[in-house]
Amino acid sequence: MERIDKLRSDEAFVYRLNKARNTSLEWAWKLVLYILIAGISFIILMPLFRRLSTAFKDPIDIYNPTIFMVPIHFTLDNIRHAMSILNYWPMLGNTLLFVTVMTLLQAVSCALAGYGFARFSFPGSRLLFGLVILTILIPMNTLMVPMYLHFRSFDVMGLISLFTGKDGVNLLNTYWPSMITSATANGLKSGLYIYIFNQFFRGMPKEIEEAALIDGAGAYRTFFTIMLPNAIPAIMTVMLFAFVWQYNDTFYTSLFMSNSDLMSVNVASLPANVNQYLPSLLGLGGNSDMRVDPNHVALIVDTGILLAIAPLVIMYLFVQRYFVESVERTGVVG
Amino acid sequence: MNLRRLTLVQKRALVGFSFILPWLVGFVFLFATPLIQSARFSFSKLNVAPGGYELEFTAWTNFKQALYIDPTFNRILTESVVNMLWSVPMILFFSLFSAVLLNQKFKGRGLARAVFFLPVILASGAIAAAETAGLISMTGSSQVAQELGEAQSGFDSISLIFMLDNAGFPDWFIDYIVSGVTGIYEIIRSSGVQILIFLAALQSVPPAMYEVAKMEGATPYESFWKITFPMVSPLILTNIIYTVIDSFADSPVTRKIYETAFQAQNFGLSAAMSWLYTGVVGIMLIVIGILVSRRVFYYN
Repeated sequence: MERIDKLRSDEAFVYRLNKARNTSLEWAWKLVLYILIAGISFIILMPLFRRLSTAFKDPIDIYNPTIFMVPIHFTLDNIRHAMSILNYWPMLGNTLLFVTVMTLLQAVSCALAGYGFARFSFPGSRLLFGLVILTILIPMNTLMVPMYLHFRSFDVMGLISLFTGKDGVNLLNTYWPSMITSATANGLKSGLYIYIFNQFFRGMPKEIEEAALIDGAGAYRTFFTIMLPNAIPAIMTVMLFAFVWQYNDTFYTSLFMSNSDLMSVNVASLPANVNQYLPSLLGLGGNSDMRVDPNHVALIVDTGILLAIAPLVIMYLFVQRYFVESVERTGVVG
Repeated sequence: MNLRRLTLVQKRALVGFSFILPWLVGFVFLFATPLIQSARFSFSKLNVAPGGYELEFTAWTNFKQALYIDPTFNRILTESVVNMLWSVPMILFFSLFSAVLLNQKFKGRGLARAVFFLPVILASGAIAAAETAGLISMTGSSQVAQELGEAQSGFDSISLIFMLDNAGFPDWFIDYIVSGVTGIYEIIRSSGVQILIFLAALQSVPPAMYEVAKMEGATPYESFWKITFPMVSPLILTNIIYTVIDSFADSPVTRKIYETAFQAQNFGLSAAMSWLYTGVVGIMLIVIGILVSRRVFYYN
């Protein structure tokens, strides 16, 4: 008893004890943290690794139960088959071109609208901004049928039928429906982008524009030479998200362009195509009743999915740090 | 001539209007018009005629058909709304949890963040469709494929159920936790953007607050509930709305509406279904909004 009291009054000892307790607590917390992070990362990465392993796996290895992840027989055949069924390189080029054009259109039109709402007040501007929020909230399937019919016989206020005598132009299965919706800031998730730009421009100091105005720049010149170069973080965010979401979008593409040469459309129909074309690719003849091993089909489908997401993953390796930074700097939160 | 007589304020208003003009044109022709048309379609029978369509007013027939006659719509709608109510708290909890984890200082944080945001770019409807279709062609039946898909995220939940049961939790709670654990991949896959938003919110909390709390002797647990949580609470509402909207895109109801329109060619019924869906979700959002915004703490 006496010894304990003595130890308690010994300041050096108490200090050391507290320190030991603190460091051990810290270590325990670090351990828990790493376990959690590693566990969640594993769940996220596992499907990717599994596809990577199947992509190089020879069909011989499908039924070998001793194989986990790393195949015994490596092959590039899966990738070759998947590429030829997907018509990979031409389609990838086409998709990337389309997605890039869409991304640029979205960024420009949404930046204009966002700036207009952030800096100018005119009668009804608040109401109109409320309508922007409405476009975010209304699910797109409400607009699906009228949009489809609208683009099936596209017409701008009866002008086309006035001049040509026909009932508008059928724009389905062309790139125009998506281009038109993006250029007018009503495309895929445009409302969100307008909101991001609006928040960002609101956060910029007004003095910049006033200085530009005094130096004789008009509103448009101020916008293009001063505000836009300063809005790089917001532009970056919007372009990143617009690119990724456009690349992955199946709703608009299957609605307007179900026959087009785009990645998302082709990947969605990949399993059926593999079933159809794989026998002839394997040299089993063009008999339509011919079926290959369904597990082999699944192997090719998995490889195809990997090929489809590969461009995004590679892009992500380079730009991932902008993802976090951009959202912080654009002030979506504020 | 007239332009010269405008005041500066009016000129500014005009210029501002010209900035939003592209959006406004798009809004009127590609949003408002289709919206009104869609509402009209839902009360009509639509016949595709050469070079256009004809409408035949049928009052509430389409809505009645969707609710009382269509064999699956009711079930799909309730299922997907219940599913939404089920998964929103999970996603919110998980994303806030991950954001707090990623906001700690530790070695390899950059790498961990990169991995956690990977689902943002990989969450694709096309890939999900190809995955299930691949499984179907493997097994030859969608039922088996679904079960296989569930089995693939293999985790033996029996021991967890026993553990929770012995701990005396109510059945519905055990169900909820177990479904969350088995569906962890789904939850992670759909919470990328939410983590991003929460993380940004966490980083905008002034560090001085934590310092003060620490000096006054608050434990990390207390400072989470007294500082972190109130400061990010406005974003909880944002994230709820985002999660709900995000679930529209590949919900079974959307698929049903799409099929009704383009495979069954019943455009009127499809419009009615989509309005029902919009209405239900809208009411839900309003209720959640009112409930949550009462408890939200605004710093400024």
